[in-house]
Amino acid sequence: MTEKFFGKAVKRVEDPRFITGAGNYTDDIVLHNMTYAAMVRSPYAHAKINSIDASAALALPGVLAVLTGKDLVAAGINPIPPGWLLPDLKISAHHAIQPDKVTHVGNIVAAVIAETRAIAEDAAALVDVDYEMLPAVALGSTALAEGAPQVHELAPGNVAFKWEIGDSAAVDAEFAHAFKTVEVKLRNQRLVPNAIEPRSSLADYKRAGDEYTLYTTSQNPHIHRVMLGAFIMGIPEHKLRIVSPDVGGGFGSKIFQYPEEVIVLFASKKLNRPVKWTATRSESFVSDAQGRDHETVAEMCVDADHKVLALRVKTIANLGAYLTTFAPAVPTYLYGTLMNGTYKWKAIHCHVTGTYTNTVGVDAYRGAGRPEATYVLERIMSRMALELGVDPLEFRRKNFIQPDEFPYQTPVALQYDSGNYEPAMDKAMAMLDYAGLRAKQAEGRKNGKYIGIGVSTYLEACGLAPSALVGSLGAQAGQWESALVRVSATGKVEVLTGSHSHGQGHETAFAQVVADELQIPMEDVSIVHGDTARLPHGWGTYGSRSAPVGLSAIKMASDKINDKAKKIAAHLLEASVDDIVHEDGKYQVKGVPEKSKSFFDIALMAHLAHNYPADLEPGLEATHFYDPKNFVYPFGTHLAVVEVDANTGHIQLIRYVCVDDCGPIINPLIVEGQVHGGVAQGMGQALLENTVYDDNGQLTSGSYLEYTMPRADNMVQLEIGHTVTPSPHNPLGVKGIGEAGTISSTAAIANAVIDALEPFGVKHLDMPYTPEKVWRAISASLPQAADD
Amino acid sequence: MYTSEFTYHKASSVSDALAQLASNPDAKLLAGGHSLIPTMKLRLASPSALIDVSSLPELRGIRTEGDTIIIGAMTTHRELEFSKVPLLSEVARLIGDPMVRNKGTIGGALAHADPSADYPAAILALNAKIKIQSSSGARVVTADEFFQGMFTTALAPGEMLVEIHVPASVKGAAYEKFAHPASRYAVAGVAVVVHSDGSLRAAVTGAGDHAMRLTKLESEGVSSACKGLVSASDLMGDHFASAEYRAHLVDVMASKALARAK
Ligand SMILES: Cc1cc2nc3c(=O)[nH]c(=O)nc-3n(C[C@H](O)[C@H](O)[C@H](O)COP(=O)(O)OP(=O)(O)OC[C@H]3O[C@@H](n4cnc5c(N)ncnc54)[C@H](O)[C@@H]3O)c2cc1C
Repeated sequence: MTEKFFGKAVKRVEDPRFITGAGNYTDDIVLHNMTYAAMVRSPYAHAKINSIDASAALALPGVLAVLTGKDLVAAGINPIPPGWLLPDLKISAHHAIQPDKVTHVGNIVAAVIAETRAIAEDAAALVDVDYEMLPAVALGSTALAEGAPQVHELAPGNVAFKWEIGDSAAVDAEFAHAFKTVEVKLRNQRLVPNAIEPRSSLADYKRAGDEYTLYTTSQNPHIHRVMLGAFIMGIPEHKLRIVSPDVGGGFGSKIFQYPEEVIVLFASKKLNRPVKWTATRSESFVSDAQGRDHETVAEMCVDADHKVLALRVKTIANLGAYLTTFAPAVPTYLYGTLMNGTYKWKAIHCHVTGTYTNTVGVDAYRGAGRPEATYVLERIMSRMALELGVDPLEFRRKNFIQPDEFPYQTPVALQYDSGNYEPAMDKAMAMLDYAGLRAKQAEGRKNGKYIGIGVSTYLEACGLAPSALVGSLGAQAGQWESALVRVSATGKVEVLTGSHSHGQGHETAFAQVVADELQIPMEDVSIVHGDTARLPHGWGTYGSRSAPVGLSAIKMASDKINDKAKKIAAHLLEASVDDIVHEDGKYQVKGVPEKSKSFFDIALMAHLAHNYPADLEPGLEATHFYDPKNFVYPFGTHLAVVEVDANTGHIQLIRYVCVDDCGPIINPLIVEGQVHGGVAQGMGQALLENTVYDDNGQLTSGSYLEYTMPRADNMVQLEIGHTVTPSPHNPLGVKGIGEAGTISSTAAIANAVIDALEPFGVKHLDMPYTPEKVWRAISASLPQAADD
Repeated sequence: MYTSEFTYHKASSVSDALAQLASNPDAKLLAGGHSLIPTMKLRLASPSALIDVSSLPELRGIRTEGDTIIIGAMTTHRELEFSKVPLLSEVARLIGDPMVRNKGTIGGALAHADPSADYPAAILALNAKIKIQSSSGARVVTADEFFQGMFTTALAPGEMLVEIHVPASVKGAAYEKFAHPASRYAVAGVAVVVHSDGSLRAAVTGAGDHAMRLTKLESEGVSSACKGLVSASDLMGDHFASAEYRAHLVDVMASKALARAK
């Protein structure tokens, strides 16, 4: 038997290079004759650019150029378009360098190119921009109010789009005869993505051949090539190579097409020299697309048996100043369609207004729409349970879709292909000792110890996505994935995948699957990604699509290799192809193990083609383009336990149990890692992270002195369990796990905090649950101390 | 960002550093660099010259003279953390992370006088003395005289903080810090010291624009729960913690510190 890798906790093969500082990140790349760019960014949220005086900057020795928006417009560079369209979408022109007007703090007004980074930064400070300040607006609901400042003329009332899904009349009808209804008003605060590696782009234009190479921090280099080439800069795609080497985290923020990439490409051609730009952390805060930022009113109703009837959701989604690449899709098709969760609703209606504001653009951030939907749904379910006076878990159990009801058509477009929700919940409850902990909670309350237990029985849709479906919904991209499996003459295997790895561990998990499929050692397989010059077209990594879509393509390309290998073996062994079996690492004649050829033998003969079937092409490589038939639907139950210090309002997470169902697990170590990171990120939103813009659109939480990232001491040792319900429609049955932790944990922790505060009469607080907010809520419930 | 351009001079002695400082009013002393360099990178400060005094042997180390402990200004937080200096060893442990504590110095921290820094409360409660030197001589100021406002101390241009003098023994001392979850600086940090003569001194850092004595606590010698020690109108507020909340935290932290110090 050859060693099986599927399901093994193989240590990540990429880690030694990362932890010894041997990674190859964009900023590590140094090219001959390289120059450096520094951006001049608007300090104002909204202003007219009257004039720009670059003379002092240009006079500084070592400065090579100062570029303005007018230079780019004159050169025919187009604004950066969104990659997803909705009906009646008002598209603001997002110029790489703004020519006339700025609409958020951090908007680029000029770019300085110099011999060194230090000179570029010195010179950027010398560019004198004459701004005429305009009134600004930062909050979505404020932007919609009568008389609010107008961010873009083309979007009256700051409305970028209005979108809805579901049957509002059917919802009204359910509410009309409901036994009980509840309403919640929720603010899902804005988050800054904070990948550990700041964005970086290095452009290298070669006059010979009129060819461009862009090294950039991207989750999806081909999307950049299409956008930069065809839509923004008019560079033929075959003259533009995009390389995204090691990338230190993305969480969505590195999907998008950013202005700096346009600027360095343009400057590299203009100067005929390589141009590099790397963000400072302060720049990341005002230029990386941010996440969430919803204001929602949701209502639900139940019948007398506590069965859920209908859900009505109205959301204002703050999109920031520009529509970034997937901005229109995130608060619509990745949000409204997720409102059904794991429950059996009779009707759902969700209406979303996308608004422009004078803030950084908002787009996909780990979970992208699904955490927002899960937060609404799981909060309102717990609120209903509270109002009904029933246990929030039993209330959910009563309303679960049953295992025999799949495929299940939801009222919000998605058709779930599989699911089995109760076993995950039962397992989580057992792991926590739910009943025992409830008893302890009650006991503790008598002694001034306040713990809270929160639940989320989430579901998510990932593995984006059937191309025809997303195309009909407005995507300007396909959502299939490619794989090319290339076997060398000596039987070493390169797997070229359109999926991009920037923390996911593809180099390990994908190699495990290929090693199994080809029955070869893992070290004979290398995973290649992130270079448009090497790969077939691919759509990249986001929406937890790499295992269900990218790996499916790899599995099917590997099948093609095996099919061809069997033909070669049959020829060499003078047997019929139908009699060749692939066992013990050999292609052998069924029942005659001594008549066999190794993978090496086959690979060598495929390349030599000396003794070869006449009707077969030489060589051993196969490409597969895999377009999924449906999303995949991971689900699970998360239980969070928090303790409140009633003196200070400080909340501490004290236990966290999660049972996730991501289908068959390729590598438990990687899955656990994804869950750990995901839960920590979701906890960050619930307890810590806050993006605060003041009324002038100034970001007052723009550094790590103010913006609270999760740290080790905010976390607990997670208690992790799994159930396994395979996806019925992809070849390995796998589902995504990259975002599940984030999607579920925010809601679970929020519910735990509100549960902890129940003795104080608190039914709702908005995240993040920072100490003062909690302390005030507690103080408000206490009888005023008698004056002494 | 990168800093603006500056020259770097590694001082050979205290007198060399003071001479350099006297000759260039725009120069700044460099200690651990853990406040100064971030400020320079954000270009909130752009000194034309740095005079590095961090490794001058004259300014390092902890020694006892009679009933006083003398701490060299360039003693690192880490050295204090592992010392037996009353209260300051406990405070040093709560500063930043090991990297910060290995580089940052007590002299740099006191000279910087960040309103949220930890030492100032302890320095006030310990009734420490600060020795200051310039090219024209030395003087000693009390802790009460030293802290004057946000980032402002008794240090005049051309002067250097060289020593901190604290009592070698106290009856009891404690520091309780409510840390900002992001920066981990003090939102309210209260130090309480019961001195050998039985007197009680207490001070708070982080809540106001500079560290200040908690005179109400000192005079009333509260027995258990503190209440209304400071008025919100004397404190700072921001989106993380309003002045009113900080006033409440001062009470909570003071109660805890008091319980441990006694
Ligand atoms: C990540 C991080 C976390 C931190 N967390 C905390 C925390 O929790 N609590 C806390 O209190 N602090 C914290 N700090 C600040 C840290 O303690 C600094 O080390 C300290 O504030 C400054 O000391 P330094 O030796 O680094 O001084 P430097 O940064 O070198 O100098 C600071 C200032 O003092 C001046 N100066 C230096 N030496 C002298 C001298 N001998 N005489 C006169 N002037 C002088 C300098 O010119 C400069 O203006 C943190 C810093 C960082 C980077």
